[in-house]
Amino acid sequence: MRALTYAQAIREAHAQLMAEDPRVFLIGQGVRNPWYAGTSLQDLDKEFGCDRVIDSPVAENATTGAAVGAAIMGMRPIVFHPRMDFMLLAMDPIVNQAANWSYLFAGRVSVPLVIRAVINRGGEQGAQHSQALQALFAHVPGLKVVMPATPYDAKGLLVAAVNDGNPVLYIDDRWLYEKQGDVPDSLYGVPLGKAAVRRSGRHVTVVATSCMVHEALQAADTLATRGIEAEVIDLRTIKPWDRDVVFSSIGKTGRMVVADAAWMSGGVAADIAATVAGELFHALTAPIIRVCLPDAPAPTATSLEQAYYVNANDIVVAVEKTMR
Amino acid sequence: MSQDGHENREVSDERLMSCFRGMLRIRLAEERIGRLVESREVRTPCHLSIGQEAVAVGVCSSLRSDDTVWGGHRSHGHYLAKGGDLNAMMAEIFGKATGCSGGRGGSMHLAAPAQGIFGTVPLVAATIPLAVGAALAAKLRGIDQVAAAFFGDGATDEGHFHESLNLAALNRLPVLFVCENNGYSTHLALQERRLKDNIVDSAELHGLHGCGVDGNDVQAVYAAAADAVQRMRAGGGPALLECRTYRWCGHVGPAQDLDVGKHRQQELQEWMQRDPIARVRERLTSRGLGQDVIEGLYRQATEEIDVAVEFARTSPAPDESDLLQHVSVARRGI
Ligand SMILES: Cc1ncc(C[n+]2csc(CCOP(=O)(O)OP(=O)(O)O)c2C)c(N)n1
Repeated sequence: MRALTYAQAIREAHAQLMAEDPRVFLIGQGVRNPWYAGTSLQDLDKEFGCDRVIDSPVAENATTGAAVGAAIMGMRPIVFHPRMDFMLLAMDPIVNQAANWSYLFAGRVSVPLVIRAVINRGGEQGAQHSQALQALFAHVPGLKVVMPATPYDAKGLLVAAVNDGNPVLYIDDRWLYEKQGDVPDSLYGVPLGKAAVRRSGRHVTVVATSCMVHEALQAADTLATRGIEAEVIDLRTIKPWDRDVVFSSIGKTGRMVVADAAWMSGGVAADIAATVAGELFHALTAPIIRVCLPDAPAPTATSLEQAYYVNANDIVVAVEKTMR
Repeated sequence: MSQDGHENREVSDERLMSCFRGMLRIRLAEERIGRLVESREVRTPCHLSIGQEAVAVGVCSSLRSDDTVWGGHRSHGHYLAKGGDLNAMMAEIFGKATGCSGGRGGSMHLAAPAQGIFGTVPLVAATIPLAVGAALAAKLRGIDQVAAAFFGDGATDEGHFHESLNLAALNRLPVLFVCENNGYSTHLALQERRLKDNIVDSAELHGLHGCGVDGNDVQAVYAAAADAVQRMRAGGGPALLECRTYRWCGHVGPAQDLDVGKHRQQELQEWMQRDPIARVRERLTSRGLGQDVIEGLYRQATEEIDVAVEFARTSPAPDESDLLQHVSVARRGI
């Protein structure tokens, strides 16, 4: 295995998928330009041509709708939205159309579509360039939602998403693009719906999504020096999430902190907390704590950004609270 | 495109002077912002409108103070031309509590409600339908207030644009759609995004008044906007103004993005020859304005900008305890 960055791993998945399957194509804003995608799509246009790597006008609705149509006809489109915020202009094709299609027509017609959305938090970019909207989409039946945290998963989850045969929302985070990790050069998939235990521990379970996995691991290091062994679970797939891995961990630790760098109310963490409380109440020895963003749009000023975004320290504080 | 046409000569010396002053102020303020971005003192993304000043100033000069203006990510010029406070804008860009949005928004989120600016936001085309709504409110209230929506050529790729034109035309709403066609949408040139260079034709299609003007000629922009606004106040319905212009800087920040587009370097040189500010200055000189007065205006604007930067620098950052303030208001603000 070689080490690749998260962004390179995404690129490799695209390249291998396109080389392998002529039905796979890429459409979206900035797919031929590093401004938006960093190195995650670099030179794919040169390798596969502009007919298969389509840099679209600012027309999220039509672009996504067209991808849905092409998917219905048996292609394997990947639509790229360089900021998740922009994707809200494509809510109808995603929520009303793609997500419903299979059910509407009794499974006779399906939508093998991947929608790739980038979270771009921080950097004084403000409320409309930094939203983490996974909960909005996890709410919708018929949509699967994945959030890779490592280079290995960044590649494997994209491959699995393209091969899944259903609409899958693939959410990556620009904060992770430079993270390095081992990535096999084969075309492998990481199964959807399966979480990974990134570190085992017996005192508390920290369930984390995307960039919060790294914060959780850092928090676990700190906690270890204080005699607390945290088990860190990387959820990987947000919808459907892996109850088996989460439940068996809680069975062992009896305590849970859920860390998701999105809003708290009605969020992914709320769903996990409610499910665990509803089904494993007797295994719990402490209240569940959520580490999420405060319920406010993202501010720009540095002083406010620092207060707004959650990190390893917030997880440490939450864990210590459950240990009391 | 209307060149130095008949109606333009009727623009008074006084108005031309005020346009010159307004454009100069925007140019110098943005050049300063560019330097602040380069030195990393400013970190929020700043989209500069250097080279496009005639559109903001020409259009806003045709508006009353109670008319509203709706902009996007590149709106320093719109804000200043409509009367927004320079100190408050600079402080916003610095992320300070004294900023026009309390430091929550940065360069892409400017507001000055008292001056008719109820918010500019970076989502492309997002404020076009809001301007239609402002015009609808004016119509329902029976007042002759006009709404002007500023947007780029890129925004005309969005459905928002076409839907808004139709809705406004159908209801004869007093909204002035101002397309600042600077030839680019981020890294993509107009020709890479539409087969025909025909934005102004959308007016005809939807049944509203359309007009293409030289966006680097403030007189032409003013004349076309004033004509459309007059028509609107008389109940004549919406208009689309396509102003041909060019942004000297790149998409974001002061760099020039010369790597973008095959002809960008050559184009830029050509468009710099058509500097909207040099053009008014020459016109004013030919009408007898002295060099000393012109120099005085540069000095005055520079001093005003110095003051604004100092104000921004010395203003306090928003306090962390303020984070959850204003997510909702207790009562309606206006
Ligand atoms: C809905 C949406 N899609 C994409 C973007 C990214 N984006 C920001 S500015 C821009 C280009 C807009 O071009 P144009 O409207 O011509 O304005 P200009 O930047 O040229 O002034 C794009 C695509 C965005 N902000 N919002």
